Amino acid sequence: MGIGLALISVLGLILFAYVGTTIGLNALFGVVFPYAAFIIFVIGFIYRVVKWGKSPVPFRIPTTAGQHYSSLWFKQNKIDNPSTAWGVALRMFFEIFTFRSLFRNTKAEILQGRLYVGSSKWLWLGALAFHYSFLIIFIRHLRFFTPETPWVISIAESLDSFLQVHILGSPLLYITNISIAVALLYLLGRRILDPKIKYISLPSDYFPLFLILGIISTGVLMRYFFKVDVTAIKELTLGLVYFKPVVPEGVGSLFYIHLFLVSILFAYFPFSKLMHMGGVFLSPTRNLANNNRMERHINPWDYPVKHRHYEEYEDEFREKMKKAGIPVEKE
Amino acid sequence: MYDGGKIIFGLIIFIALVTLPFTLGIGKEYIKANPKIDTPEIMKLPEAERKCVESKDFMRKEHMKMLIEWRDAVVRDGKTLYVNSQGKTFNMSLQNTCMQCHSNKSKFCDECHNYVKVKPYCWDCHLEPKENIKKEAGL
Repeated sequence: MGIGLALISVLGLILFAYVGTTIGLNALFGVVFPYAAFIIFVIGFIYRVVKWGKSPVPFRIPTTAGQHYSSLWFKQNKIDNPSTAWGVALRMFFEIFTFRSLFRNTKAEILQGRLYVGSSKWLWLGALAFHYSFLIIFIRHLRFFTPETPWVISIAESLDSFLQVHILGSPLLYITNISIAVALLYLLGRRILDPKIKYISLPSDYFPLFLILGIISTGVLMRYFFKVDVTAIKELTLGLVYFKPVVPEGVGSLFYIHLFLVSILFAYFPFSKLMHMGGVFLSPTRNLANNNRMERHINPWDYPVKHRHYEEYEDEFREKMKKAGIPVEKE
Repeated sequence: MYDGGKIIFGLIIFIALVTLPFTLGIGKEYIKANPKIDTPEIMKLPEAERKCVESKDFMRKEHMKMLIEWRDAVVRDGKTLYVNSQGKTFNMSLQNTCMQCHSNKSKFCDECHNYVKVKPYCWDCHLEPKENIKKEAGL
């Protein structure tokens, strides 16, 4: 059910952009939607992060996979269970750049009537391939949005195409075009083929996969099969960046579908699971040093408790206590 | 906000990164690609014969594919003749066919390639046309 809803949504979006640009609403899809999506993305992203920042984390949560700082004869695992800021920085570095917690992914399976639990690296590998491919593709695309390309972009571009393979309709084949497609199909496939994962998958799990698959397909189609006028497209994208929007002639629906799906991705981003891009930096189990026993952490929602000393109590009831024969401290 | 300083610092980096396209353009001129086809060789031809190997639209989108197919045909298969959609025959050669008319590499090829930041590897093997050498010597 979930998968059908997500697929229909993405197909609907594609159809919407196709019909819209066929009847000549190019300015809407080329200018209005990208600007709107960008604004929603930036404001929504900041809103979500600030909202997370407002949630108190009273104590350090050591959900760790290593020995914590203890007596001298126990060797501390300084990356997996850090007690210093440097250790945390290293743990965050490995988490963000190598997906360390996904590396510990395990899989349970019943084989011949017995339950087996084992390490499973495929998800980690697929996620790593997908995210890095996407990053390189994202950096590559900046060539359309900058008048002068910084060297980082040119290097990403030339490394991505260094094989100089031209089996498809372009002199250069981008490696990331292949790797992201393979990785995405794996990530989608595991949700469809594994009944356990299928059972817990929601439309919001499938939707980003189909959306990104749509973006990649339209991009690949434009590069290798149904060529587009790249110079005209750069006029449009550069116009957006210079706040001098132009809608050039001779750019077909395929490009506008691509741009519209990207706009949807940006606008959808702050409201969805894709926010793990910002969230990974704010994971309390990853970004807090395990120093519960070294430093005092005060619960932020502790209010000043009204309390009364025994002296005050005795002052109030001294006479009554005496009458009842209860011993008092002060006469 | 808890750890507000760190979070706001992170958000400032985020904003700086996502607005890079806008900030990188500051102070740089807004340019457009304007390839020139007014070389003497083209102007010599009568107006009706000023036609490329294929149509303008096709060349704009497919020239890179055509050139790489020409290279394979000539260098790997030894076929040197190209018959276009009009039935006309051309010699498959970048230097002797394409550059014969489009002798202005810097005003024709480079104009769009620099604009969209594409670096074709034609000139890894081919000699660049002389107009560039003259220019460099003149400078």
